[in-house]
Amino acid sequence: MTFKEAVDSGKYLVTCEIGPPKGANIEPALEEAEHLRGRVDGINVTDIQAAAMRFGSMATCALLRQRGFEPIMQMVCRDRNRLALQSDLLSAYALGVQNVLCLTGDHTTLGDHPGAKPVYDLDSVSLLAAARGLMEGRDLAGNELDGAPDLFLGAIVTPGADPLEPQILKLRKKVDAGARFIQTQAVYDVEQFARFMDQVKDLEVPILAGIVLLKSAGMARYMNANVAGVFVPDTLIAEMSEAGKADKAAKARGERGGNQVKAGIAIAARLIRELRDTCRGVHIMPLGWDKHVPAVLEAAGL
Amino acid sequence: MIASELKPMEEILASLEGQGRVFVVACDGCSAGCETSGPEQVAEMTAGLEKAGKEVTGSARVDFACNAGLVALTLTQHLKDVAAADGLLVMSCGVGVQTVADAVEMQVHPATNSIYLGGFQGLWRSSQRCAECGECLLEYTGGICPLTACSKSLLYGTCGGPNDGKCEVDSSIECGWERIYQRLKAVGRLDLYAKMPPLRNFQNMTPTGKRRATSLWALETVEFDEEEESPAPAGVG
Repeated sequence: MTFKEAVDSGKYLVTCEIGPPKGANIEPALEEAEHLRGRVDGINVTDIQAAAMRFGSMATCALLRQRGFEPIMQMVCRDRNRLALQSDLLSAYALGVQNVLCLTGDHTTLGDHPGAKPVYDLDSVSLLAAARGLMEGRDLAGNELDGAPDLFLGAIVTPGADPLEPQILKLRKKVDAGARFIQTQAVYDVEQFARFMDQVKDLEVPILAGIVLLKSAGMARYMNANVAGVFVPDTLIAEMSEAGKADKAAKARGERGGNQVKAGIAIAARLIRELRDTCRGVHIMPLGWDKHVPAVLEAAGL
Repeated sequence: MIASELKPMEEILASLEGQGRVFVVACDGCSAGCETSGPEQVAEMTAGLEKAGKEVTGSARVDFACNAGLVALTLTQHLKDVAAADGLLVMSCGVGVQTVADAVEMQVHPATNSIYLGGFQGLWRSSQRCAECGECLLEYTGGICPLTACSKSLLYGTCGGPNDGKCEVDSSIECGWERIYQRLKAVGRLDLYAKMPPLRNFQNMTPTGKRRATSLWALETVEFDEEEESPAPAGVG
């Protein structure tokens, strides 16, 4: 089933993500995807995430498609102008990549080539509009196309943003421009997410709540301090902290730990269960821990 | 100096739709030198507005509209007429429009497009910056420039980056689009946040040879016809 068919079927959706490597060695990333085979409705591939130069999203998606997976290509506006973006959408389509998540993209200064020239000729909204134009058989300059791509377009939102209203106004712009599915930034506060969902209940597009696996208390604190719109409550930090102490003790005894992994999985599964009734699905971001995703899904009853 | 030219009257009138009463602010600096906001142009503009059925509650000239102090002083002297208007039409470069917008809690409308000369920002500016993009967008954003206030120069709203209202690129500045959101709310025009101005035309950012050579825009291009006469040498005393 394609991702679009999964959306249209009304089922509870599960997507996951993999991040390509810094280098030409794509095999390990493709092997990571094997953990997800048959368990998810789509696999996102990040696009030079956090402005750290990496193997490309389109190529990774094409390789995933070859291996029978359903890829969701993430496309940022930081690196390519309107010509390249439109061209890449056509190319992706021809390589069997139809699902495109359209993002503005983290600034170059946040990444490992901080002196690079930031482009932002388009942003998430205008990229969606451009993609929809291509689907209707014309490019941004109004030229008629010889062959229109058939794409399934998505966008993101940060439900924990403060103030929330401008995020919602922009989300509406994205849907108007052509977004047909939404994946959110990481959610840790179920009640706040429910309040967000209430404000957008009139939107007729599926929203998948973002779930980021916690790896340690330190990671949770880092996200609170540095990642916009993401807030991990103290109770969860405490849970991870306890697990961290247990792992440290185990290591001191010469034993294997694994408590932080268990806690991270348990927290993710619990969040998924608690969010179940408020949205159409979840988007799991394991940040490299794809091998633990099946355990999360099982514990969450998916 | 910052060079500017008047927007087409149709565009100005479209931006004033629904607002019957206008107060006109004109800069007596660079834009007057460009014959964009001189007394003659203000008289023409006033006549044009009245012909279109608008009431011009008053008008004022500011020596340098880029200077926050001078703007505040001038508007205070015309307080009654300013308050009686639905919005202000500002005849100055983009810096002046932003400075006026910062001084009032009312909607301001840019009457001009600032022309790219390679980046000079005016002599007496405060904290506002103009990218001289040639297609002024201040109408959409309550008078805060999205190209200079947003580190990514985004046109359609905030990215996912702001942390506590600070820009993800430079935490010493506020998120430009959050400022725009707050400003539009304050002047009662949040409906503008949903609008989509056209994509930028980056051809405007490559100044022609003549514009690169100029240091006295008014003398060299306004007083002499560009096609027929050669410009006077710069610095003629």
